[in-house]
Amino acid sequence: MTFNKSLLIPLGVFGLLVVFLALGFRLQDPHLLPSVLIDKPFPEFELQDLRQPDQLRTLADLSGEVSLVNVWATWCPNCLIEHPELLRISRETDLPLYGVNYNDDNGKALGWLARHENPYEFSIVDDKGTLAIDLGVYGAPETFVLDASGVIRFRHVGPVTPEVWRETLLPVVEQLQGMSDG
Amino acid sequence: MVRILWVILLAVSFNCFAAIDAYPFPDEQLQQRYDGLIAELRCPQCLNTNLAGSDAMIAQDLRREVHRMLLDGHTDDEILAFMYERYGDFILYRPRLGAGTLVLWLGPLLLLMFAGFVWFRLARAKPEVLEINTEEQARLDDLLRDSDP
Repeated sequence: MTFNKSLLIPLGVFGLLVVFLALGFRLQDPHLLPSVLIDKPFPEFELQDLRQPDQLRTLADLSGEVSLVNVWATWCPNCLIEHPELLRISRETDLPLYGVNYNDDNGKALGWLARHENPYEFSIVDDKGTLAIDLGVYGAPETFVLDASGVIRFRHVGPVTPEVWRETLLPVVEQLQGMSDG
Repeated sequence: MVRILWVILLAVSFNCFAAIDAYPFPDEQLQQRYDGLIAELRCPQCLNTNLAGSDAMIAQDLRREVHRMLLDGHTDDEILAFMYERYGDFILYRPRLGAGTLVLWLGPLLLLMFAGFVWFRLARAKPEVLEINTEEQARLDDLLRDSDP
């Protein structure tokens, strides 16, 4: 019996299907969107400081050294989960940590900080969510790593757990700090 | 009785529209552009809902932003570009042609070409003619006769 080449067609189709399904069903959270803002400057803003309402914060307040910007809110359950780790980072490192209080009520936000302790140098009041939109934020918490010139170098969606800090954020921070020192 | 039931049903069913915020527009044309844009933009928080159909906080904020930009006189393209710069390909239900979206645009075309190729091959293949000798033909006739009722 001669070998029929057309028998290879179903095999080829099956192979293609395997490739597509393998790409489609990777163990990945489909909510994680690729950020288009990586390597772009942090957006300009002019917003109130949460704890000093008469002070306006701008982009200039964030620049100068490698820093973290954390988008948080009192309505966000995962923000409470990451809070101890943020407190630890602010206590144990000299990395500046800034907060963006997203779509929140100032009274509630201040109460939350008083109750759970404040890890932030300052928090920016983004009660209309405009800065969040400029950042491409679609939920909270999100954490951005900025380099010394205020360019967004990394974005983490979801809570900053000790593992995320150790395995993902810290290496990025150290690399950026090494670059600005050298 | 049935009529009363209908009235009650209608009154109840309007509740589902009540959650969607209504933005006032000075003219009908802006309203139509607004409706078109929020139907075409995907809510970044939800996996497959447009801005018009989502109650997520970010969808509400983005609807407000679309409304503001329309009143400020921005074109539809400017508004779509604004969203694209912040949320990327995901936010557009009709993605732009780019390296990452090439397979979306060309995939169906390639599949169609492949199907055409297979169809062409099958259509061109000649049906096999079975040779049959007289002995076999006689046996076949016998069988057919036997099976007659």
